[in-house]
Amino acid sequence: MSRKQLSIALLALSLSVFAVGCKKKAVAVTPPAAPPPTAPITPAVRPAPAIRSFTVEPSSITAGQSATLSWAVENADSVSISGGVGSVQTTGSTSVRPASTTTYSLTATGPGGTTNRSVTLSVSAPPPPERVQPPVTVTKSLSEMVGSLLADLYFDYDKSDVREDGRNVLNKNAEALKQIFAAHANGIVTIEGHCDERGSAEYNLGLGDRRSSSVKDYLVNLGVPGDKLKVISYGNEKPACSDANEGCWQKNRRAHFSAN
Amino acid sequence: MNRRSALLTCLAPALYGQDIISRITGGQQPTIAIPDFRGSGEGQAWMQVFNLTLFDEINGAGLFKMSPKSFYPLQVPQQPNDWKAPVGGRSQGPWLTDWSGATVKANYLAMGYTAIQNGQLVLFGWLYDVTQPDLTNAQMFGKVYFGPIDENGAKKIAREFAADILAKFGAKSLLGSKIYFVSNRSGAKEIWSMDYDGSNQKAVTRYGSICTTPALSHDNAKLAFTSFLQGNPGITIMTAESSRRLTFVNPVSSIVASPDFTPDGKSILLSTKIGGGFANIFSANADGSNLNRVTTARAVETEPKVNPKNSSEVVFVSGRSGPAQVYRMNISGSDIERLTDGTGQAANPSWHPNGQIIAFSWTRGFEPGNFNIFMMDVAKRELTQLTHGAGRNQNPVWGPDGLHIAFSSTRSGRPQIWTMLADGTQVRPLTTAGRNEMPVWTH
Repeated sequence: MSRKQLSIALLALSLSVFAVGCKKKAVAVTPPAAPPPTAPITPAVRPAPAIRSFTVEPSSITAGQSATLSWAVENADSVSISGGVGSVQTTGSTSVRPASTTTYSLTATGPGGTTNRSVTLSVSAPPPPERVQPPVTVTKSLSEMVGSLLADLYFDYDKSDVREDGRNVLNKNAEALKQIFAAHANGIVTIEGHCDERGSAEYNLGLGDRRSSSVKDYLVNLGVPGDKLKVISYGNEKPACSDANEGCWQKNRRAHFSAN
Repeated sequence: MNRRSALLTCLAPALYGQDIISRITGGQQPTIAIPDFRGSGEGQAWMQVFNLTLFDEINGAGLFKMSPKSFYPLQVPQQPNDWKAPVGGRSQGPWLTDWSGATVKANYLAMGYTAIQNGQLVLFGWLYDVTQPDLTNAQMFGKVYFGPIDENGAKKIAREFAADILAKFGAKSLLGSKIYFVSNRSGAKEIWSMDYDGSNQKAVTRYGSICTTPALSHDNAKLAFTSFLQGNPGITIMTAESSRRLTFVNPVSSIVASPDFTPDGKSILLSTKIGGGFANIFSANADGSNLNRVTTARAVETEPKVNPKNSSEVVFVSGRSGPAQVYRMNISGSDIERLTDGTGQAANPSWHPNGQIIAFSWTRGFEPGNFNIFMMDVAKRELTQLTHGAGRNQNPVWGPDGLHIAFSSTRSGRPQIWTMLADGTQVRPLTTAGRNEMPVWTH
């Protein structure tokens, strides 16, 4: 319909509303039609079919269960039941297993006529399985994941090889890193190498670089993509602990993961 | 192992005081007498500061033995006219032999006085060799010095006079020299500068990053240091005077650090890692171009320092034999020799201006991290320990006079910059605010 035709139709519609509104007083009352003549009653030669019983037991099931239809009919030549059962004997029973609520209609036909009766089998749906919670899809930020999933590892004095306890940490970190990079495809994780204060600051820059590089090499061997790992040495410039004792020095001889 | 035992037998017995200075200067220390100078009129008010400063400057230079003032003659000359030669063996007044004789035993006498002239504090100063028979031969120089009439003026004229005296003995004065260093007093590690005596401390960088391991070109015009401005450690070069950034293209590496200029200023040595492995020594042009590998070791190698008198010789620090030690080599990377005996950890080598001696820090005989300052004649392997366990003592650098060493020490608590005479005496703090480390003295 063109725009012009539409506006003409709308105009006509609004005019007709107007016309209806203005015509109230001019309603013509039509007289009721005369009742039809009563049909003459023909005397029965034979009695009409009689349905003695038509039941479903039980009358309600859950989907998947079955119920039994039973019936008994007299004066009938043929009996059929709707709902997929079809022609049956005048007396019998059958098992039905409908998927949803079904009304079964029995039709008995004989020389005396036709008789109907219906029963309804109500079918309730089975309860749904336990609802599975979909995985939480709220993605944590890269720095949140790095901060919560990646643990520090520690080194011996003046050494940069990964210790036994460090390997255990890195095996877990490798899995966590794969998870992190799955959530942040463009994420880069930095491995920081740190030293305690005892070596010279100049040498410690080189030593921290070795520590972070050793950690990277180990992770790459475990299948972590190397191009997503950055290494940086802070030497002894960023101690985690400032006391002058071995407990504190050990905390400082570390590799730390950051999202920077 | 043969080499190690050979080296150990070369280690000289401990030397102290004058032996050390004589080794550096190559001669005996003469004795100088410096009687208190007096001021005429208002000038007298500033003479205590003047006399303390003059004494400190001459004493601090380490070139002289200071003659005790209590032995001085009662009649002290103040100007050349005061000298009166004895007549017939009889004293006529102050004379040279009063100072060179058995009581004072001085070789030299500094004398003079101050006065106020035209709104200035004026010093008239003379230096005499009192061992000479007559005044003509005895007077080494006489000079007039001017300064404002205040404490700074008194210090100024005293320092200038002292510098002229020291210059007569071939000593390069510390006057006018500056020390660059690393300080965290502003909250971040920045490069700072100060005068040689700790005055006039001011920030050179204001990056709010980490700036460390400063180095100066030999003409004192350029300052190079390691910074984290680009994320990873990299080298930054700027003008020392105006802090103007100069081009330096860092190689692509996780670490570029510890720069040092060659004497001609055309190249720098540095510690970096190219293609994996360990940080080793490389050379490059002063703008970072033409990067070349110098050493190849599966160990951290850093702190290359080029000999100021022989630019083909380099000392550096390497972990190639285990704990970090000081090594020397040719700048081509050949003829690598270890200088320290393999014990403890050694670091921070610094060339004496004469190119024969290095100062460095070493934990030998102490717990890891407890560094002391040592010096070594590189050719003779003669070793001298200058500090003995008072705090951690690191980053020794020579003053331009070749007699003073600036270093960082935790002997008073946090690391601070100190100076000392190269015999370990006259130890003085220059800084107090924050943590102060890694001094570099102008050449």
